[in-house]
Amino acid sequence: MADPLLQVRNLVVEFPTRRGTLTAVDNISFDIAEGEVLGVVGESGAGKSLTGAAIIGLLEPPGQVGAGEILLEGRRIDNLPYEQMRRIRGKQIGAIFQDPLTSLNPLYSVGRQLTETIMTHTDMTPTKARERAIELLTEVGIPAPARRVDQYPHQFSGGMRQRVVIALALAVNPRLVVADEPTTALDVSIQAQIIALLKKLCRDHGTAVMLVTHDMGVIAETADRVAVMYAGRIAEIGPVREVIKNAKHPYTHGLMGSIPAVGHDAERLEQIPGSMPRLTDIPQGCAFNPRCPQAHGRCFRDRPEPLPVEDSRVACWLYDEANALSYEDAKRAVAAKEQVSEAQLEEQANV
Amino acid sequence: MADQVDKSQGIVSAPVPKSGFLDMMRRFFDSDVWHSFKSSPITIFAGVITLIYFILAIFGPWIAPHDPFDLAGLSLMDSLLPPAWMEYGEARFPLGTDDQGRDLLSAIIYGSRVSLFIGFASVILAMVMGIALGLISGFVGGAVDAFIMRAAEIQLSFPSILIALLINGIIIGYFKTHPEWQVDQVTLAYFVLVLSIGLSNWVQYARTVRGSTLVERNKEYVQAAHVIGIHPIMIMWRHILPNVLGPVLVIATIQLALAIITEATLSFLGVGVPPTEPSLGTLIRVGNDYLFSGEWWITIFPGAALAILVLAVNLLGDWLRDALNPKLR
Amino acid sequence: MSDVPGSALAEKAPARTDGRFGHAMLKVEGLKRYFDVSAPWLNRVLEKQPKQILKAVDGIDFEIARGETFGLVGESGCGKSTVARLIVGLYGPTDGSITLEGNNIAGLSRKEMAPMRRRLQMIFQDPYASLNPRWRVRDIIAEPIRAFNLTSGNTETAERVAELLTFVGLNPRDGEKFPHEFSGGQRQRISIARALASKPEFLVCDEPTSALDVSVQAQILNLMKDLQREFALTYLFISHNLAVVYHISDRVGVMYLGKLVEVAPSKTLFTTPRHPYTRMLLDTIPDLDMTGRERMPVGGEVPNPITPPPGCAFHPRCPFANDRCKSEAPQPIAVDGGGLVACHGVEEGRVPQGPILATPAKPDGLAASVHE
Repeated sequence: MADPLLQVRNLVVEFPTRRGTLTAVDNISFDIAEGEVLGVVGESGAGKSLTGAAIIGLLEPPGQVGAGEILLEGRRIDNLPYEQMRRIRGKQIGAIFQDPLTSLNPLYSVGRQLTETIMTHTDMTPTKARERAIELLTEVGIPAPARRVDQYPHQFSGGMRQRVVIALALAVNPRLVVADEPTTALDVSIQAQIIALLKKLCRDHGTAVMLVTHDMGVIAETADRVAVMYAGRIAEIGPVREVIKNAKHPYTHGLMGSIPAVGHDAERLEQIPGSMPRLTDIPQGCAFNPRCPQAHGRCFRDRPEPLPVEDSRVACWLYDEANALSYEDAKRAVAAKEQVSEAQLEEQANV
Repeated sequence: MADQVDKSQGIVSAPVPKSGFLDMMRRFFDSDVWHSFKSSPITIFAGVITLIYFILAIFGPWIAPHDPFDLAGLSLMDSLLPPAWMEYGEARFPLGTDDQGRDLLSAIIYGSRVSLFIGFASVILAMVMGIALGLISGFVGGAVDAFIMRAAEIQLSFPSILIALLINGIIIGYFKTHPEWQVDQVTLAYFVLVLSIGLSNWVQYARTVRGSTLVERNKEYVQAAHVIGIHPIMIMWRHILPNVLGPVLVIATIQLALAIITEATLSFLGVGVPPTEPSLGTLIRVGNDYLFSGEWWITIFPGAALAILVLAVNLLGDWLRDALNPKLR
Repeated sequence: MSDVPGSALAEKAPARTDGRFGHAMLKVEGLKRYFDVSAPWLNRVLEKQPKQILKAVDGIDFEIARGETFGLVGESGCGKSTVARLIVGLYGPTDGSITLEGNNIAGLSRKEMAPMRRRLQMIFQDPYASLNPRWRVRDIIAEPIRAFNLTSGNTETAERVAELLTFVGLNPRDGEKFPHEFSGGQRQRISIARALASKPEFLVCDEPTSALDVSVQAQILNLMKDLQREFALTYLFISHNLAVVYHISDRVGVMYLGKLVEVAPSKTLFTTPRHPYTRMLLDTIPDLDMTGRERMPVGGEVPNPITPPPGCAFHPRCPFANDRCKSEAPQPIAVDGGGLVACHGVEEGRVPQGPILATPAKPDGLAASVHE
């Protein structure tokens, strides 16, 4: 497989306001391979949902793609006219949103919504399409699908509705599904069911998934690779195990430490001080520098680009200087260096 | 821990705002409302027009070239003069004169004063009543709510001009049967107009305030006040009221235009302000008699003045509604 | 608020095993709250519908000892937030009693409740809705101080507000600002400062971190633990997040459809859950240790609480349910390890023990045979 399924190159999402342009997604690049599940995780306002919206071409105005390209199977899709993008959106990219209630039309039966999607993108006959709709509902685990196909969204419970939304997203076997917080609005027991379902279906169909969520737990269960976003930039991207068990970026490291876990008895959780900067005042250099325990001279000046560290890419100057392979290594190396030129660094920091 | 938190402060702390009038002005000129005002030429235009009316109304006696109520200054010789630019027109009376020789421009300035006063007073009456009933209705709920809202619905099913006429008739009738109440005609007329227009327009406020109250009542800050044990009346007054006033302001602006029209209508129908101290509506009615005998200016100019005022206030109201509603932006 | 003193840690550690706390500070007995969710009277008469009663809380008992953190978990609609609102007096109970330090506070009028209110405060879920947007932060925090007349004048109130802001890690200067100038986490700190303003002894925390990002959640949880130590607070901590509840609680109660199905010391509950529902819930915790454990999501959803299943409300989803479970509501029984469980299966020894739900080989088959 030469080309990855989806390539995002230097994507910038901007919001022009009367106080100047706000950059919500700031020059990010990543790939999604065929059949891969890429988790995109970050706190609210990190730009993760906007990245997803930009890929499916549903950025809400005044948001707009300011620069960069998005390529699906080697073909640019970020500059397509609306009508062409709409075709791609149904057929090649499916979408699952957080709130299953708003992504279904309350006036049409779920069967009608499914058959309409199928018939728009394929040349199936109405009868065939209906059969396929029932088949899809069976596949997403809706009991008595032949009866429920004619029911309306309000007759389904939250979990069942999200199943319908998944059926809708997978109706014409897209190559990629963008799922934006698909389980956030659901109860924990339903969450587990939906994650299991999504995982199984995408494995069976070979569909790639871009899974946008704030929940590391969901990522750990589902994703192959993770991109951790912070203030509109990718802090760290790599294999899920690597990111979760051996976080390299100071932010990811702090984030993992701040998640309480059953069986993990700590009097206090690790905490990252402060909160994510607002879009209006992202600091110069590394956006994480005001909260970073390791921030030093250069971090306040230059923005770090993602550097390869083992199988991951990490946007942090620690790894440029120390040539380290883990956060602990990097910390140690920097501490050693700091002792040598502490005064010098301080001076730079004050500049 | 302390210094960690201080660090976080560094990120979001804006300069501590100073309280006081200057700061309020600064915040206003930095706000989205002001910005949307600035970027809409038609709104600015309407704003300027409204402002001119207000200035004329407030400073009328000093601005108007004549005092139309000063009987000594009137001369029948000057009656029914056309506007200054027409034949027989005189520069002393730029918009001409009426049948009693009053300067029409001055009469319009004084009339706007009356119209605006009655408009404002009745809007304030309707607003106070509507807000109070809406708040109680939404906050207390149950039978009280049902009673107030049914009353509002019954009143809504009649045209408000009819209600105003009804109230008007009742009050005037009451004073007629009680001649011991020595009230002068003009004060009585003002009082009756304000009362009848105010009472016929409270429903809109009440319904809007009730709706917002139902939303605010269930918000957690109100529950927090309950948990602290604040008296329900204080919760309504200090917590809910300030948060339901936004939409009320919009209605009040639009209702001001409506109240001015209602007043003009009532005066036109002859149940409003007496001709001795005319409002715009009275001027139009008086002029109406001369419309077909060629003295069109007596009715057209007050009519135009009324139309422009109402249009300007309405435009302001529309703009305010859009500016305060984030969904439309 | 500085460092964790070693002694405090040592004192706290055995607390998880229960029984080390003082006397019961809050005692809830047979607490019930029903809501009438029927259609309006006229519709009901015309359409011949019966009255519909939602039993949001249907007879629960628990005690919280002084200085303890009692966690309450459950899925949405299980009634845990109603319990919070009943305790602080936002709702009156349909039946049952709530006693705070021996004083019954259930269903008191506003006046009667007044002396107890100072000692009993609440932290809410939504940091964006829990602060009046039109008030300055200093007035928000000063509201309880003024309501309870805790200071002698405005200067003293201002000092107290500044002190409270410092307690929760904000700057005293922040008092001049309005809520919208703060981030979600900072607003939650303001909310906590307001709750602490009347020097309460008992705080009801209704999902205080659910609306926050994880890194901010950690800050708030740490702050709450610091404050608990500093001011000897007792918490009722309500959350749907099991890991958060595990982290902060000494004892935990699990609710399902208005009833407590299991109460146990935190550690016991999470290592040896007894009730099938607790086990199911525990099984939904995502595996952050990347052990590759395949979860076995239990099927079904929470039934409509207006028409709950008869008998044990969990029986339609329970792999161990039998005829008795369908007809007879189980009563809580004491089990080893200091817990209470309301389950016929546990009582009869039908439910196998084990740390995590030992997934029956063929859940369907098992259920079917039992249904026979």
